[in-house]
Amino acid sequence: MKPLINSLPETVFTTKIDDLLNWGRASSQWYMLFGLACCAIELMQTGGPRADLDRFGAVPRATPRQSDLMIVAGTLTYKMAKRTKLLYDQMPDPKYVISMGSCSNCGGLFQLAYSVCKGVDKIIPVDVYVPGCPPRPEALTEGLLRIQDKMMRERWLVKPSRPVEEQAGT
Amino acid sequence: MHAKDIYAALERQFPGQVGNFKADALEPYLTVEGSAIVEVCRFLRDSAGLDFQILSDLTALDWPKEEKIQVVYHLFSYAHNHQVVLKVDLPRDNPKIATVEGVWKVANWFEREVYDLFGVIFEGHSDLRRIMLPEDWIGYPLRKDYVEQEEYDGISTQRAPLVEKLLR
Amino acid sequence: MLFDFANVLVFTALGLGFVGVNLLIGRLLRPSNPQARKLSTYECGEPAMGSAWVNFNIRFYLVALIFIIFEVEIAFIFPVASVFRRWVEGGAGVFALIEILLFIGILFLGLIYAWVKGDLDWIKKVRV
Repeated sequence: MKPLINSLPETVFTTKIDDLLNWGRASSQWYMLFGLACCAIELMQTGGPRADLDRFGAVPRATPRQSDLMIVAGTLTYKMAKRTKLLYDQMPDPKYVISMGSCSNCGGLFQLAYSVCKGVDKIIPVDVYVPGCPPRPEALTEGLLRIQDKMMRERWLVKPSRPVEEQAGT
Repeated sequence: MHAKDIYAALERQFPGQVGNFKADALEPYLTVEGSAIVEVCRFLRDSAGLDFQILSDLTALDWPKEEKIQVVYHLFSYAHNHQVVLKVDLPRDNPKIATVEGVWKVANWFEREVYDLFGVIFEGHSDLRRIMLPEDWIGYPLRKDYVEQEEYDGISTQRAPLVEKLLR
Repeated sequence: MLFDFANVLVFTALGLGFVGVNLLIGRLLRPSNPQARKLSTYECGEPAMGSAWVNFNIRFYLVALIFIIFEVEIAFIFPVASVFRRWVEGGAGVFALIEILLFIGILFLGLIYAWVKGDLDWIKKVRV
């Protein structure tokens, strides 16, 4: 049975169902713990009691199979890049990536090094970049809220009548 | 024991194969011939009064103008609380030296690191392969004439133009 | 009396139906995008090597075995407990009590045996 994605006309009913689905997804983003370096400490603290990510429904998962958000926190080396790509590929759709900290945004402090990949967007598509070294938990929370906004704008059941920048399933 | 006493003991045991003792550095060092390094290390570890049970570090230095790669051994003794540094000069185009893995087991990883970053071959090593860089990396990064590869595993190594300007 | 069975049938139908409808809604609404790399076995980012079938510890089997024996014992005691009052009113309460205590006693001897033999320890001490 083919999924009903992007196949129904745009009525009040179907757009409300889309909003419901997106609200459900945005309020329960399970992120994969991908702490590579010092940003991982801030990632842990963002999940900690003071700046709680759990109140947004975001719980950490260790495996890519159960997560729909990948927070790349830390310096990505070329040796790790192959494994990162495989882990990203093993996440089920729809998946999103937050690049946390300067090292995963662009190579950061270590751009002159020979072994550092200059940004995680060289291997996987990134949705939100959170700048900082390391970004404060509030900054990472803001990144998560931006992903929520991105999720709310997607169209699932509704057939896109005009080209939109966000399509379902990407 | 004072550093010069250690050097005197070594000179007695290995005449002609140790030299260039520098006493007034922060860590006194002496040069050892590459062919004698294993015996010197074993003597330093086993003889009473010296007892260098610990190899603290094994690194290397690249001297391109003098055409040599210098392998440096830092030894320490818990029993007598003294330390000594040994340096071995190797020709830059063919750096080969015997392994001291038989003397101190920890030299296994230290020598893998030096092989990884400088390309020094340690003869007799049980498992000489790269330890930090990926297995299929080309080149020895800590040599002064290292040139980065253009692409690794399909990922371009190009930096942002501003950063390239900073990179000499 | 057959009408009571209709209760069970409706319950079963509702249960299966609920599960079925939820799975159907999921199938209709979720994206399906299978790719070779996505379906590959997960091994922390490395390509999977070796067999997934490994020998597991036999202690788990022992624990499960002892558990099942005493679970079945409890399952047999429940009906006795539910009709015990009727037997007491009928005058044969002592007989029922002795019967059930005999049952528990035999299984208790088995428990003592397993205990003494060290089968209840996670790490069995073997006397050298």
